[in-house]
Amino acid sequence: MAFPRSDVVADATPAQQVPGGGAPTAPITVKIVVAGGFAVGKTTFIGSISDIEPLSTEAAMTEHSLGVDDAGGVTDRKTSTTVAMDFGRIALPGDLWLYLFGTPGQDRFHFMWDDLIKGAIGAVVLVDTERLDQCFDAVDYFEARQIPFVLAVNCFDGVARHDLDAVREALAVRPETPVFYTDARNRQATKQALITLVTLAMSRMQG
Amino acid sequence: MTDDTTAEGRRAHDLYDDEVVEEARTVRPYALTRGRTRAGRGDLPLEALVRGVAGATDPTSTTERRRIIELSTASILSVAELSAHLSLPLGVVRVLVGDLADEGLIVVHTGSPSAAPAATNLKVLESVLNGISAL
Repeated sequence: MAFPRSDVVADATPAQQVPGGGAPTAPITVKIVVAGGFAVGKTTFIGSISDIEPLSTEAAMTEHSLGVDDAGGVTDRKTSTTVAMDFGRIALPGDLWLYLFGTPGQDRFHFMWDDLIKGAIGAVVLVDTERLDQCFDAVDYFEARQIPFVLAVNCFDGVARHDLDAVREALAVRPETPVFYTDARNRQATKQALITLVTLAMSRMQG
Repeated sequence: MTDDTTAEGRRAHDLYDDEVVEEARTVRPYALTRGRTRAGRGDLPLEALVRGVAGATDPTSTTERRRIIELSTASILSVAELSAHLSLPLGVVRVLVGDLADEGLIVVHTGSPSAAPAATNLKVLESVLNGISAL
Protein backbone atom coordinates (compact mmCIF):
# COMPACT_ATOMS: atom_id res chain seq x y z
CA MET A 1 0.00 0.00 0.00
CA ALA A 2 1.06 3.56 -0.49
CA PHE A 3 2.01 5.44 2.62
CA PRO A 4 1.99 9.18 2.63
CA ARG A 5 5.56 10.29 2.58
CA SER A 6 7.52 13.30 1.70
CA ASP A 7 9.63 13.40 -1.42
CA VAL A 8 12.11 15.36 0.59
CA VAL A 9 13.16 12.19 2.37
CA ALA A 10 13.91 10.43 -0.87
CA ASP A 11 15.68 13.45 -2.32
CA ALA A 12 17.79 13.89 0.75
CA THR A 13 19.11 10.35 0.83
CA PRO A 14 21.97 10.49 -1.69
CA ALA A 15 23.40 13.68 -0.21
CA GLN A 16 23.43 12.12 3.22
CA GLN A 17 25.52 9.15 2.35
CA VAL A 18 29.08 9.14 3.47
CA PRO A 19 31.42 9.77 0.56
CA GLY A 20 33.86 6.99 -0.21
CA GLY A 21 33.45 3.28 0.27
CA GLY A 22 33.87 3.11 4.03
CA ALA A 23 30.40 4.27 4.95
CA PRO A 24 29.42 2.94 8.37
CA THR A 25 26.10 1.18 8.20
CA ALA A 26 23.24 2.51 10.23
CA PRO A 27 20.35 0.53 11.65
CA ILE A 28 17.17 0.37 9.62
CA THR A 29 14.49 2.32 11.46
CA VAL A 30 10.78 1.71 11.47
CA LYS A 31 8.10 3.24 13.64
CA ILE A 32 4.67 2.58 14.99
CA VAL A 33 2.40 5.33 16.26
CA VAL A 34 0.55 4.78 19.54
CA ALA A 35 -2.46 7.08 19.64
CA GLY A 36 -5.04 7.53 22.33
CA GLY A 37 -6.76 9.91 24.70
CA PHE A 38 -4.91 11.34 27.64
CA ALA A 39 -4.06 9.03 30.54
CA VAL A 40 -5.18 5.99 28.54
CA GLY A 41 -1.78 4.39 29.11
CA LYS A 42 0.26 5.24 26.01
CA THR A 43 3.49 5.75 27.89
CA THR A 44 2.88 2.61 29.96
CA PHE A 45 2.26 0.66 26.76
CA ILE A 46 5.48 1.96 25.21
CA GLY A 47 7.45 1.42 28.42
CA SER A 48 6.27 -2.18 28.74
CA ILE A 49 8.33 -3.19 25.71
CA SER A 50 10.87 -0.42 25.06
CA ASP A 51 14.60 -1.08 25.52
CA ILE A 52 15.05 2.45 26.80
CA GLU A 53 13.06 4.30 29.47
CA PRO A 54 10.44 6.19 27.45
CA LEU A 55 11.76 9.61 26.51
CA SER A 56 9.72 12.74 26.19
CA THR A 57 10.03 15.30 23.48
CA GLU A 58 7.84 18.16 22.44
CA ALA A 59 6.47 19.68 19.32
CA ALA A 60 5.34 23.26 19.17
CA MET A 61 1.76 23.93 18.30
CA THR A 62 0.80 27.39 17.19
CA GLU A 63 -2.83 28.25 17.24
CA HIS A 64 -4.33 31.27 15.64
CA SER A 65 -7.20 32.17 17.86
CA LEU A 66 -9.71 34.80 17.04
CA GLY A 67 -11.14 36.23 20.21
CA VAL A 68 -12.54 39.24 21.95
CA ASP A 69 -10.08 41.20 24.02
CA ASP A 70 -10.74 42.91 27.33
CA ALA A 71 -11.65 46.16 25.66
CA GLY A 72 -14.33 44.40 23.64
CA GLY A 73 -12.43 44.52 20.37
CA VAL A 74 -11.76 41.49 18.22
CA THR A 75 -8.19 40.34 18.42
CA ASP A 76 -6.28 37.97 16.26
CA ARG A 77 -4.14 36.32 18.83
CA LYS A 78 -1.45 33.76 18.29
CA THR A 79 -0.85 31.43 21.18
CA SER A 80 1.93 28.94 21.26
CA THR A 81 1.72 25.73 23.23
CA THR A 82 3.72 22.59 23.15
CA VAL A 83 2.59 19.01 23.04
CA ALA A 84 4.50 16.31 24.82
CA MET A 85 5.23 13.17 22.91
CA ASP A 86 6.66 10.11 24.62
CA PHE A 87 8.55 7.49 22.71
CA GLY A 88 10.54 4.33 23.11
CA ARG A 89 12.87 2.17 21.06
CA ILE A 90 13.25 -1.57 20.56
CA ALA A 91 16.31 -3.11 18.92
CA LEU A 92 15.40 -6.12 16.80
CA PRO A 93 17.65 -8.69 15.12
CA GLY A 94 18.95 -7.68 11.70
CA ASP A 95 20.06 -4.24 12.87
CA LEU A 96 16.48 -3.00 12.99
CA TRP A 97 15.31 -0.31 15.35
CA LEU A 98 11.61 -0.03 16.03
CA TYR A 99 10.47 3.29 17.46
CA LEU A 100 7.14 3.65 19.22
CA PHE A 101 5.79 7.19 19.26
CA GLY A 102 2.90 8.09 21.54
CA THR A 103 0.58 10.89 20.53
CA PRO A 104 -2.66 12.34 21.86
CA GLY A 105 -5.75 11.12 20.04
CA GLN A 106 -7.77 14.29 19.56
CA ASP A 107 -7.88 16.09 16.24
CA ARG A 108 -6.28 19.27 17.50
CA PHE A 109 -3.10 17.23 17.36
CA HIS A 110 -3.44 16.55 13.63
CA PHE A 111 -0.41 18.69 12.95
CA MET A 112 1.68 16.07 14.71
CA TRP A 113 0.05 13.04 13.17
CA ASP A 114 0.90 14.03 9.60
CA ASP A 115 4.51 14.17 10.63
CA LEU A 116 4.45 11.05 12.77
CA ILE A 117 2.62 8.78 10.39
CA LYS A 118 4.91 9.55 7.47
CA GLY A 119 6.76 6.31 6.84
CA ALA A 120 5.16 4.52 9.80
CA ILE A 121 4.10 0.87 9.72
CA GLY A 122 0.77 1.92 11.18
CA ALA A 123 -0.89 2.81 14.44
CA VAL A 124 -2.11 1.20 17.63
CA VAL A 125 -5.08 3.18 18.93
CA LEU A 126 -5.36 2.64 22.67
CA VAL A 127 -8.97 2.73 23.77
CA ASP A 128 -10.38 3.59 27.17
CA THR A 129 -13.96 2.33 27.11
CA GLU A 130 -14.94 4.97 29.65
CA ARG A 131 -13.86 7.65 27.23
CA LEU A 132 -14.47 6.27 23.78
CA ASP A 133 -14.91 9.75 22.34
CA GLN A 134 -11.20 10.42 22.84
CA CYS A 135 -10.26 8.09 20.01
CA PHE A 136 -12.93 9.04 17.43
CA ASP A 137 -10.62 11.54 15.76
CA ALA A 138 -7.69 9.16 15.54
CA VAL A 139 -9.90 6.44 14.04
CA ASP A 140 -11.28 8.90 11.47
CA TYR A 141 -7.82 10.10 10.61
CA PHE A 142 -6.27 6.67 10.08
CA GLU A 143 -9.28 5.34 8.19
CA ALA A 144 -9.39 8.33 5.84
CA ARG A 145 -5.71 7.87 5.00
CA GLN A 146 -5.91 4.10 4.76
CA ILE A 147 -3.21 3.73 7.38
CA PRO A 148 -3.16 0.27 8.96
CA PHE A 149 -4.38 0.53 12.56
CA VAL A 150 -5.68 -1.67 15.32
CA LEU A 151 -7.87 -0.84 18.29
CA ALA A 152 -6.39 -2.07 21.55
CA VAL A 153 -8.89 -1.77 24.40
CA ASN A 154 -6.93 -1.21 27.57
CA CYS A 155 -8.21 -3.16 30.56
CA PHE A 156 -7.04 -1.04 33.43
CA ASP A 157 -7.67 -3.51 36.19
CA GLY A 158 -7.59 -6.65 34.14
CA VAL A 159 -11.37 -6.58 33.87
CA ALA A 160 -13.04 -6.08 30.54
CA ARG A 161 -16.00 -3.81 31.11
CA HIS A 162 -17.28 -3.69 27.58
CA ASP A 163 -17.90 -6.28 25.00
CA LEU A 164 -15.54 -5.88 22.04
CA ASP A 165 -18.44 -5.95 19.60
CA ALA A 166 -20.00 -3.04 21.47
CA VAL A 167 -16.74 -1.09 21.16
CA ARG A 168 -16.54 -1.92 17.47
CA GLU A 169 -20.08 -0.75 16.97
CA ALA A 170 -19.65 2.43 18.98
CA LEU A 171 -16.57 3.37 16.99
CA ALA A 172 -18.11 2.20 13.70
CA VAL A 173 -14.84 0.74 12.43
CA ARG A 174 -14.63 -1.43 9.35
CA PRO A 175 -15.08 -5.17 9.90
CA GLU A 176 -11.47 -5.88 8.92
CA THR A 177 -10.06 -3.58 11.62
CA PRO A 178 -8.74 -5.69 14.51
CA VAL A 179 -10.30 -4.86 17.90
CA PHE A 180 -8.89 -6.64 20.95
CA TYR A 181 -8.21 -6.32 24.66
CA THR A 182 -4.78 -5.37 25.86
CA ASP A 183 -3.08 -4.56 29.13
CA ALA A 184 -0.67 -1.68 28.65
CA ARG A 185 1.41 -2.82 31.63
CA ASN A 186 1.95 -6.27 30.24
CA ARG A 187 4.87 -6.86 27.89
CA GLN A 188 3.29 -9.96 26.33
CA ALA A 189 0.02 -8.13 25.65
CA THR A 190 1.88 -5.19 24.11
CA LYS A 191 3.93 -7.57 22.00
CA GLN A 192 0.73 -9.20 20.75
CA ALA A 193 -0.78 -5.82 19.88
CA LEU A 194 2.29 -4.92 17.81
CA ILE A 195 2.28 -8.31 16.10
CA THR A 196 -1.38 -7.84 15.15
CA LEU A 197 -0.61 -4.43 13.64
CA VAL A 198 2.45 -5.55 11.67
CA THR A 199 0.55 -8.58 10.37
CA LEU A 200 -2.26 -6.27 9.22
CA ALA A 201 0.19 -3.92 7.51
CA MET A 202 1.81 -6.86 5.70
CA SER A 203 -1.49 -8.31 4.54
CA ARG A 204 -2.51 -4.89 3.18
CA MET A 205 0.75 -4.66 1.30
CA GLN A 206 0.34 -8.11 -0.18
CA GLY A 207 -3.12 -7.66 -1.06
CA MET B 1 9.16 20.13 29.72
CA THR B 2 11.70 19.38 32.41
CA ASP B 3 8.95 18.20 34.75
CA ASP B 4 8.07 15.39 32.44
CA THR B 5 11.48 13.79 32.44
CA THR B 6 10.90 12.39 35.92
CA ALA B 7 8.49 9.60 36.63
CA GLU B 8 6.72 11.83 39.10
CA GLY B 9 6.46 14.64 36.61
CA ARG B 10 5.18 12.29 33.96
CA ARG B 11 2.45 11.01 36.24
CA ALA B 12 1.37 14.48 37.22
CA HIS B 13 1.45 15.45 33.58
CA ASP B 14 -0.67 12.48 32.56
CA LEU B 15 -3.23 13.23 35.21
CA TYR B 16 -3.61 16.96 35.01
CA ASP B 17 -2.08 18.55 31.99
CA ASP B 18 -4.11 17.08 29.19
CA GLU B 19 -0.78 16.76 27.41
CA VAL B 20 -0.56 20.43 26.57
CA VAL B 21 1.80 22.55 28.55
CA GLU B 22 2.27 26.25 28.29
CA GLU B 23 5.95 26.91 28.10
CA ALA B 24 7.93 29.70 29.59
CA ARG B 25 11.49 29.94 28.39
CA THR B 26 14.22 32.39 29.01
CA VAL B 27 15.36 32.02 25.41
CA ARG B 28 12.86 31.55 22.64
CA PRO B 29 13.80 28.17 21.17
CA TYR B 30 13.83 29.34 17.59
CA ALA B 31 16.38 32.00 18.47
CA LEU B 32 18.82 29.07 18.26
CA THR B 33 17.90 28.62 14.63
CA ARG B 34 17.97 32.35 13.85
CA GLY B 35 14.23 32.22 13.36
CA ARG B 36 14.19 29.41 10.84
CA THR B 37 11.53 26.79 11.38
CA ARG B 38 12.44 24.57 8.46
CA ALA B 39 15.71 22.82 7.82
CA GLY B 40 17.29 23.58 4.47
CA ARG B 41 16.88 19.93 3.52
CA GLY B 42 13.21 19.77 4.49
CA ASP B 43 11.72 18.01 7.46
CA LEU B 44 13.83 15.13 8.62
CA PRO B 45 11.90 12.12 9.87
CA LEU B 46 11.80 11.90 13.68
CA GLU B 47 13.43 8.50 13.42
CA ALA B 48 16.23 9.63 11.09
CA LEU B 49 19.51 8.57 12.66
CA VAL B 50 22.33 10.97 13.30
CA ARG B 51 25.99 10.07 13.61
CA GLY B 52 28.80 12.45 14.42
CA VAL B 53 31.74 12.56 12.02
CA ALA B 54 34.94 11.61 13.82
CA GLY B 55 37.47 14.41 14.01
CA ALA B 56 35.14 17.08 12.65
CA THR B 57 35.61 20.51 14.14
CA ASP B 58 32.80 22.98 14.49
CA PRO B 59 33.88 26.55 13.77
CA THR B 60 30.63 28.12 15.00
CA SER B 61 30.03 26.03 18.05
CA THR B 62 27.09 26.78 20.31
CA THR B 63 26.12 24.65 23.31
CA GLU B 64 23.30 23.01 21.40
CA ARG B 65 25.38 22.26 18.31
CA ARG B 66 28.17 20.92 20.50
CA ARG B 67 25.75 18.66 22.38
CA ILE B 68 24.33 17.25 19.16
CA ILE B 69 27.82 16.46 17.90
CA GLU B 70 28.85 14.94 21.25
CA LEU B 71 25.77 12.77 21.64
CA SER B 72 25.77 11.54 18.06
CA THR B 73 29.49 10.81 18.14
CA ALA B 74 29.09 8.75 21.33
CA SER B 75 26.37 6.62 19.72
CA ILE B 76 24.16 6.84 16.68
CA LEU B 77 20.72 8.16 17.67
CA SER B 78 17.55 9.59 16.25
CA VAL B 79 16.40 13.17 15.80
CA ALA B 80 13.67 12.45 18.38
CA GLU B 81 16.23 11.22 20.92
CA LEU B 82 18.37 14.30 20.38
CA SER B 83 15.31 16.46 20.96
CA ALA B 84 14.57 14.62 24.21
CA HIS B 85 18.15 14.71 25.47
CA LEU B 86 18.56 18.40 24.66
CA SER B 87 15.08 19.32 25.93
CA LEU B 88 14.52 21.25 22.74
CA PRO B 89 11.45 21.14 20.48
CA LEU B 90 11.68 18.77 17.56
CA GLY B 91 11.46 21.60 15.04
CA VAL B 92 14.51 23.31 16.49
CA VAL B 93 16.56 20.11 16.54
CA ARG B 94 15.63 19.39 12.94
CA VAL B 95 16.98 22.74 11.80
CA LEU B 96 20.19 22.37 13.83
CA VAL B 97 20.74 18.80 12.59
CA GLY B 98 20.14 19.96 9.01
CA ASP B 99 22.74 22.69 9.42
CA LEU B 100 25.33 20.36 10.94
CA ALA B 101 24.77 17.79 8.19
CA ASP B 102 25.15 20.46 5.50
CA GLU B 103 28.42 21.48 7.11
CA GLY B 104 29.65 17.89 7.12
CA LEU B 105 29.90 17.67 10.90
CA ILE B 106 27.33 14.91 11.24
CA VAL B 107 25.83 12.34 8.90
CA VAL B 108 22.09 11.75 8.72
CA HIS B 109 20.84 8.27 7.83
CA THR B 110 17.21 8.06 6.82
CA GLY B 111 17.06 4.57 8.26
CA SER B 112 15.89 2.89 5.09
CA PRO B 113 17.75 0.59 2.71
CA SER B 114 16.15 2.43 -0.23
CA ALA B 115 14.73 5.85 -0.98
CA ALA B 116 11.32 4.70 0.24
CA PRO B 117 10.57 4.42 3.97
CA ALA B 118 11.60 1.06 5.40
CA ALA B 119 7.98 0.39 6.42
CA THR B 120 6.97 0.11 2.75
CA ASN B 121 9.39 -2.79 2.29
CA LEU B 122 7.75 -6.17 2.84
CA LYS B 123 11.06 -7.84 3.70
CA VAL B 124 11.67 -5.27 6.41
CA LEU B 125 8.18 -5.84 7.82
CA GLU B 126 8.82 -9.58 7.88
CA SER B 127 11.96 -8.99 9.90
CA VAL B 128 10.05 -6.68 12.25
CA LEU B 129 7.34 -9.29 12.73
CA ASN B 130 9.85 -12.07 13.41
CA GLY B 131 11.83 -9.80 15.70
CA ILE B 132 8.84 -8.80 17.81
CA SER B 133 7.60 -12.38 17.96
CA ALA B 134 10.96 -13.51 19.32
CA LEU B 135 11.05 -10.86 22.08
